[in-house]
Amino acid sequence: MTDIFWLIPFIPGLSTFILAVFGNKLPKKYISFQACTAVFASFVISVISFIGLRQTPHEAYPLVKKLLSWIHVGNFQADLALQFDPLTAVMTLVVTLVGFLIHVYSVGYMSEDKSYARFFTEMNLFTFSMLILVMASNLVLMFVGWEGVGLCSYLLIGFWYEKHSAANAGNKAFIVNRIGDAGFLLGILFIIINIGSTEFAAISEAVGNGALSQSMITLIAILLFVGATGKSAQIPLYVWLPDAMEGPTPVSALIHAATMVTAGVYMVARMNVFYTLSHSAANIVALIGAITAIFAATMALTQNDIKRVLAYSTISQIGYMFIGCGVGAYAAGMFHLYTHAFFKSLLFLAAGSVMHALSGELNMQKMGGLRKYLPHTYLTFLIGAIAISGVPFLSGFFSKDAILTSAFANGQYFVWGLGLGGAILTAFYMFRLIFLTFHGKERLAPEVKKHVHESPKIMTVPLMILAFFSIIAGYIGLPVVFGKNLNWFSRFLEPVIYQAHGEAHLSLGTEWILILLSVAVALFGIFMAHVFYIRKPGIPHSLVARFPWAYKLLYNKYYVDEIYNAVVVNPMIRGSEIVYQHFDLKVIDGAVNGSAKSAGFFGRILSTFQSGLIKDYALIFLLGAIILIGYLVF
Amino acid sequence: MIPLSYYLVLSALLFVLGTIAFFIKKDLITQFLAIEVMLSAGNLVFIAFAKAMGTIDGQIIVFFIITVAAAEAAVGLAIILLVYRKKKSIRSEDMNIMKG
Repeated sequence: MTDIFWLIPFIPGLSTFILAVFGNKLPKKYISFQACTAVFASFVISVISFIGLRQTPHEAYPLVKKLLSWIHVGNFQADLALQFDPLTAVMTLVVTLVGFLIHVYSVGYMSEDKSYARFFTEMNLFTFSMLILVMASNLVLMFVGWEGVGLCSYLLIGFWYEKHSAANAGNKAFIVNRIGDAGFLLGILFIIINIGSTEFAAISEAVGNGALSQSMITLIAILLFVGATGKSAQIPLYVWLPDAMEGPTPVSALIHAATMVTAGVYMVARMNVFYTLSHSAANIVALIGAITAIFAATMALTQNDIKRVLAYSTISQIGYMFIGCGVGAYAAGMFHLYTHAFFKSLLFLAAGSVMHALSGELNMQKMGGLRKYLPHTYLTFLIGAIAISGVPFLSGFFSKDAILTSAFANGQYFVWGLGLGGAILTAFYMFRLIFLTFHGKERLAPEVKKHVHESPKIMTVPLMILAFFSIIAGYIGLPVVFGKNLNWFSRFLEPVIYQAHGEAHLSLGTEWILILLSVAVALFGIFMAHVFYIRKPGIPHSLVARFPWAYKLLYNKYYVDEIYNAVVVNPMIRGSEIVYQHFDLKVIDGAVNGSAKSAGFFGRILSTFQSGLIKDYALIFLLGAIILIGYLVF
Repeated sequence: MIPLSYYLVLSALLFVLGTIAFFIKKDLITQFLAIEVMLSAGNLVFIAFAKAMGTIDGQIIVFFIITVAAAEAAVGLAIILLVYRKKKSIRSEDMNIMKG
């Protein structure tokens, strides 16, 4: 039963094809039915393949299915081949399950949209590309999926392309991603030059056997990580993700929270052999992750747009995943990816439900007191917020704790400290969001208030299912304090993680202290939010009044966009303008117009021979005949 | 018995006269007649050779040419007639709408 895993990406692929060709002629009900069913079928096959994988001995990993011989140049070969191993299993299960729930939610959310078929076509195309990305057995095919999800991201951010800001945000996402992709592509080329194969199994083996020099390993690791920072929105390439919130909310939930943006983490975990063998590259990954985690969290503090807060939160949480990968705890990083997919998509969908109820209102300052109007949304949002804040016994607690403990155990105290600081901020900004949106005084605009309504069942049921998973998902990876060998998740991933040295272990006492510390930090953040926004709502204002520069700095997101514009974007535009004026208009257009003009000139000379008078033609005919006869005779 | 060369010289004279007439005359009908003269010059060569060689092939070809020339004359005159209706003129200098 395990060899059917190659069907997983192709069911949404087939569905994309049908919807792309016939979508405009099919009834809405059928479109949504087919799109959801395709993703659900992929989920079912993923579960079957997962069960099959559990029964396969570890020596047989990874299961590879070669579908087609694709590129074959000289000694280099890249096939259209899919693989299935624990890492892939985690990703396919997350992508198809969360993807399915978000597809169902979209049926309700997008029901009024005129481009209904286009939406589901692109969502299915995204699912297809994402599954290709995680199931590819070589880097080249993975890159195809990588670019495929980038394309879908661009298309779906700019889904409402009549809106200027949405079209611009799509462009920005695409261009910023290109910068990262250049690094990724260079990394792939270095691997091809030095190893001659891009099959993951071959790469791990070659690098593990010392085929590369230490500096080459570090170079490749850093280049691959540049690709990851683009796709996964890390410093310095994170700027596209907040703008990407221009897309429909289900898109933000699926692509810009749960799946695509975590592709970088998956890639780093997949290429873990490089980071295990190069400490300097791993330290860079951990440091970038930690700085991003806290930097993005501070930016989330002052945002008023409900989706932007969640976007910065996503950037920050992916930072945590990179901390996990950077300190060698790939399983912990993947674990956080897996739990984050549930609670972050839940938060986004719940935010979408709020927007749906408030006729598209995004500004939290115009909400408040929504608890009694939207009971289901409120409850599920609260569960998501508790899970992300790291309150014990929900999924986020286990995964975040696993990362921070690993960072501490590996002696990365600075990274650990930043992560802990980020955890306070996470709890704070999430509950600020809750309190401003659902508690306190109602600040709704009167015409909005008339239409406030709870979302239909088709939207709330996926919320509840995601809330359920946000609670229980963590129990497959319990920390060591609850008993040895309870971390089933990390043992499941063990076969795909390259082991260079034994894992650092902490004493049980230290583990307890770390856990209690992170619990205390989470509760402190929630408590502070409660003080700031419920008990004494005057505090934020007085703080702003006291430290206007700090507020301004945060509110304007450290002016990073402005700095990028001034340093990179505007010089580029101005340079292009100069090249356009002097090279394009003069040299290129001159050459093109010149050749057209010279053709016209010669044409005019020749056209004098075409007098239209029959006698002239006859004369030339006669001359020709005389010349011909003369030639034949003499 | 008239030698073959007499016929050929006559034919050449006729052909040259026809050609000259074609180029110096201005109206289409005269030019058309000039072409017919050139055609007859050609026919004359065919018959002269047929007689000199003692074969009948040349005479048969001439019959074909005369038949085709009759049809061609009908079409040619019809064209000239139509051109006249359209342009109220049969001067060949006026027919230059194909000028480039």
